[in-house]
Amino acid sequence: MRYNEKELQALSRQPAEMAAELGMRGPKKGSVLKRRLVKLVVNFLFYFRTDEAEPVGALLLERCRVTREEPGTFSISFIEDPERKYHFECSSEEQCQEWMEALRRASYEFMRRSLIFYRNEIRKVTGKTPGDPRQACPCRRARCEPRKPRNTKVNALVRRLPSSQHHRSARRGPPTQGHHPGPVG
Amino acid sequence: MAPGFPPGFSIAAMKLNERSLAFYATCDAPVDNAGFLYKKGGRHAAYHRRWFVLRGNMLFYFEDAASREPVGVIILEGCTVELVEAAEEFAFAVRFAGTRARTYVLAAESQAAMEGWVKALSRASFDYLRLVVRELEQQLAAVRSGAGGPALPLPLPLSPTPALPSTPALAPPLPRWPSALPPKENGCAVWSTEATFRPGSEPPPPPPRRRASAPHGPLDLAPFARLHECYGQEIRALRGQWLSSRVQP
Repeated sequence: MRYNEKELQALSRQPAEMAAELGMRGPKKGSVLKRRLVKLVVNFLFYFRTDEAEPVGALLLERCRVTREEPGTFSISFIEDPERKYHFECSSEEQCQEWMEALRRASYEFMRRSLIFYRNEIRKVTGKTPGDPRQACPCRRARCEPRKPRNTKVNALVRRLPSSQHHRSARRGPPTQGHHPGPVG
Repeated sequence: MAPGFPPGFSIAAMKLNERSLAFYATCDAPVDNAGFLYKKGGRHAAYHRRWFVLRGNMLFYFEDAASREPVGVIILEGCTVELVEAAEEFAFAVRFAGTRARTYVLAAESQAAMEGWVKALSRASFDYLRLVVRELEQQLAAVRSGAGGPALPLPLPLSPTPALPSTPALAPPLPRWPSALPPKENGCAVWSTEATFRPGSEPPPPPPRRRASAPHGPLDLAPFARLHECYGQEIRALRGQWLSSRVQP
């Protein structure tokens, strides 16, 4: 599978949620424990040789399982192949615990579930759901639709605006009526 | 590699758990957007029609909708999404920072599809989702403690692209720009580009690439500046509209 390796390498240089030198052993039988600088950035776990700037590799942490192994050691495996484990040896129980907790939270899917969870909890307390379209729309339109652009020059002028087409009226002066940015929900 | 290359420079290609990546591409987790797009091959290459699936911060592309394994993936973290002038209609670009970074030019098959993609891709970063979740976490704590002052600031949702959840309840139509501003009667917050992300916090730090990496860092506000720039214009426009619609009877 092709992937944008340069961007992944750049990502490995971003500020990390956690970084430490750990012992790491690959999933293949007979793998040797090696010292690696292990760095957690968004939903990737990068691992570097301790004196190198470019990572040896990266693990995407979606659909992964983090398991306690021997004391001070945990493993990462993936749902589709749970026996294929990457082992990590920490210098203390505390460090091991810290890493396991951080890795369990380090997936997009976990974040997505958290979002749903917090919204539901907030709704239980306040009766309103954050981001609920029925509560939040200030305009009275039942359905708002994006406008077609008049010409591509407008497109080119308006950069980096995801729903630029909706706000052309705002750019021409005071809007005559509020226009909701688009279908919600 | 040329002789005399700096010692310690890793020559081999970076390893990646591609098998797991391929499984993630075709599993039953929510899809944030899917559809056919034309993808420009290289600098002077032709467009290829591919089936694209956005899931999280990964944009997978397949030969067609029935393929079992993706041809490739564009890891979206750190990208910006722009409209472009191109020979293709409904074209947009996924751009990365860096001198040798590639820009992916994609073209949709309709205006609506293009807009849907641009919206979805703009919101696709893990960093952004994490900011949103943390803000909601704070909101929940504030609401539970019965804090006075500004009641629950409910973010204004801006046409999110719904995921197709396998779990029940809400798709992640991600709320825009969480802020600590007071809500209005209908639950809409006023979004201000002057608002700080957290009351009393420092100005956001510069983007990550200008900073040494910090293990165990605090809440990572590094993408704040980039998001702020991206969404600021839209928010100003929306705010103008919202305020003027409020004065109407």
